[in-house]
Amino acid sequence: MATPLRRDGRDAHPDRDHPAYRSTALRHPRQPLVPLHDPETELARPFLGAGPIAPLDHDLTAQRGGQPLGERIVVTGRVRDGNGAPLAGQLVEVWQANASGRYAQAEDRHDAPLDPNFAGVGRCLTDAAGTYRFVTVKPGPYPWRNHDKAWRPSHIHFSLFGTAFASRLITQMYFPGDPLFPYDPVMQSVTDEAARERMVAAFDLDATVDQWATGYRWDIVLRGPAATVFEDVEG
Amino acid sequence: MAVQELTPAQTVGPFYGFALPYPAGPVVAEGGSLRLRGTVFDGAGEPVPDALVEVLQADVDGRLDGGLFGRCSTAPEGRFAFTTVRPGPTADGCAPHLAVIVHARGLLLHLHTRVYFPGEALNAADPVLAVVPEDRRHTLIAVEEERGFRFDIRLQGEDETVFFDV
Ligand SMILES: [Fe+2]
Repeated sequence: MATPLRRDGRDAHPDRDHPAYRSTALRHPRQPLVPLHDPETELARPFLGAGPIAPLDHDLTAQRGGQPLGERIVVTGRVRDGNGAPLAGQLVEVWQANASGRYAQAEDRHDAPLDPNFAGVGRCLTDAAGTYRFVTVKPGPYPWRNHDKAWRPSHIHFSLFGTAFASRLITQMYFPGDPLFPYDPVMQSVTDEAARERMVAAFDLDATVDQWATGYRWDIVLRGPAATVFEDVEG
Repeated sequence: MAVQELTPAQTVGPFYGFALPYPAGPVVAEGGSLRLRGTVFDGAGEPVPDALVEVLQADVDGRLDGGLFGRCSTAPEGRFAFTTVRPGPTADGCAPHLAVIVHARGLLLHLHTRVYFPGEALNAADPVLAVVPEDRRHTLIAVEEERGFRFDIRLQGEDETVFFDV
């Protein structure tokens, strides 16, 4: 029997019907979701056959021939479950625009330069304390067509699984003090202010490397087990 | 118990295609002979070319500890396809099925659904299908084709796929 997950706290997530983000209009279900309680399959842990993590997968500044342009940063933090337990060995996948706000994907037509030295894709595994760490450049803001003068605040996309399919999370990490926050319907789709702030990294002196990179800390919390499972302890 | 202050979800956005898909992603089970394909549609009946479909299933014996997982982008025409094996019934009494997650641009929080198989006798006793309104149950049953099964996902509108609050 798989361990059930907590069902509380999920109201932090955005409502899928968010008219200010126009693309939600035809892409959210109108019928009520059917509750599934403790399903074995969704509580199982997926195995990604994407191959082993290569030594430079976490360093987005060292994957091509030379140094990408932009502000070099370290992004680090801990991945924990909703009970505070660190999630070790957790695959963290990230992707982002370059320093000019352009993705290295053909469909991105933003008139900003590509950077031959920046792919914008990284992955790593969390250590025993649940800590992940990436080296990258700060992504630029970029325009989109949602509304007049629509610009996304700088962000890094994150993808994680936690212990189960049911703890899956895809989200975006933002940078502190970005003036675009109030105008961004994607970020503002999270209506609870405290929850919204949990998507914003903090400048962090400990993560900063002297003469080399500024550091940002961003912790991630995924759904935790509904009941603490105690292991049998002898004696 | 401590407050569960979850990190909120955000859309996968339009530009994950250079990051999340990987060559073996559509192969759920190596050497499998079952082909599952489908199209993701929006509420206007248009294909969704920027969705990402992920599946998780039991092995042929119904065991889930193998973590059989697949990931397939719907670019460029809204279609996805997986190669896998037919899962066995799981220990919780569920008929053979695949758990499915749909991510997409315009979807702020991913959706969960399931693929069941047509003509499967165990469907009648499946505890999940049992709680789905009868007139919507067919949206969870794949359609048999010459070379496998087809499972279309309708995010909204007529014949909207049943999605689960997992
Ligand atoms: Fe983005």
